[in-house]
Amino acid sequence: MLRGSSAVAIDNERNKHPSDVIAAASAARARRSGRVGLATASRSTSDPHPAEMATHELHPNDTLTTLKMESENLKAKLEEERAKLHDVELHQVAEKIEALGQFVMKTRRTLKGHGNKVLCMDWCKDKRRIVSSSQDGKVIVWDAFTTNKEHAVTMPCTWVMACAYAPSGCAVACGGLDNKCSVYPLSLDKNENLAAKKKSVAMHTNYLSACSFTNSDMQILTSSGDGTCALWDVESGQLLQSFHGHGADVLCLDLAPSETGNTFVSGGCDKKANVWDMRSGQCIQSFETHESDINSVRYYPSGDAFASGSDDATCRLYDLRADREVAIYSKESIIFGASSVDFSLSGRLLFGGYNDYTINVWDVLKGNRVSILFGHENRVSTLRVSPDGTAFCSGSWDHTLRVSEEEGI
Amino acid sequence: MARDMSDKEILKMELDQLQKEVKTERMPVSVTAKELSDWVEGQVGEDPLVKGIPEDKNPYKEKGGCIIS
Repeated sequence: MLRGSSAVAIDNERNKHPSDVIAAASAARARRSGRVGLATASRSTSDPHPAEMATHELHPNDTLTTLKMESENLKAKLEEERAKLHDVELHQVAEKIEALGQFVMKTRRTLKGHGNKVLCMDWCKDKRRIVSSSQDGKVIVWDAFTTNKEHAVTMPCTWVMACAYAPSGCAVACGGLDNKCSVYPLSLDKNENLAAKKKSVAMHTNYLSACSFTNSDMQILTSSGDGTCALWDVESGQLLQSFHGHGADVLCLDLAPSETGNTFVSGGCDKKANVWDMRSGQCIQSFETHESDINSVRYYPSGDAFASGSDDATCRLYDLRADREVAIYSKESIIFGASSVDFSLSGRLLFGGYNDYTINVWDVLKGNRVSILFGHENRVSTLRVSPDGTAFCSGSWDHTLRVSEEEGI
Repeated sequence: MARDMSDKEILKMELDQLQKEVKTERMPVSVTAKELSDWVEGQVGEDPLVKGIPEDKNPYKEKGGCIIS
């Protein structure tokens, strides 16, 4: 009987889309299943297939409640579809692989010079230069081999939360509380005032949280506290594409390895990690399994997966082709947020910088921790593996950056 | 901008997105996980942070001095 009446209600839905009918259909399904959100109990041949449901137009009578119910139903359906293909765990597949021994990581260089918390860093493609930015408003370019400072710029704002090296090695981009992303060409003349050549590229309506050049010096991708990401042309400062979909501040982004096409992933305070098509501006996939802000996202070297680090004290791996989370890297003893993650060259190791001042190194396939690095005297805020994979650099609220390696075999 | 949107508008955005995502093509984890781990295994031999680097090729090695082992 109930099924019959819901079939009628749903039929009306197809023809009229009055919001109260949709609400009634959802409520009927909810009553049958015993709780809101479980779609299986309501499966019948007359249930609307998602493909047949038209995009939901905002109707004046739509209440938050009806929208929320529909959202919960769809989320449940999405989880169901994903669960059907969850036939094995990653670590089970990895059982036959030889285990890694315990590693000892050793700090080889300490870069001192910032007057306050280091917030962000990036490697140059030449594998030896590093750009870093700090709460004190300074952006410094270092030679990691010698620890010499090669350039320094003072930004007009404090909290420079984002910085990036241009692929050519000839410029750096940075920004933060000024809501902008600016590009500074690096001069060979050490005496030249870099600030004079500064070019303002991106303008957001809230703080800049992350920035990255695409495969050339000509375009920059940014993420912001205003909830959006955007792609900009460096030369003209023109907005090429904007990306809407996060429901709160976007904290991080990473571009897919160039061989795998034009996508990038972003993470935010809405606990979501979104994968975007750079050309269309569309969000292709979305993952919401973290329990708190996502501070860092990084693509797996093959481009088929990405890792995330969150305030919920876990790092996770998401498989893009299976469209689901496939691993969680956590320990009961780790209770502070992970601020920054990066993979080793092969993707076998995941490095995570945490707010408890440590760096934990995880076996990506088997899921266990293989090393822990102490040394920073405050939160680790940023971490990147060098382009050739020989070392990794971590930046901290203790004002320093450290370049570390695996202590010889 | 998310901060300027009402709760309703954010929910609608979420709904549209969910409707698209339910239709995404997916592959079983047994297939993708295997390919992921095969890819890693193929690369791990060249991974300096896993296998280590010989001292003479290491740009960060300490210069000079004697090491008593």
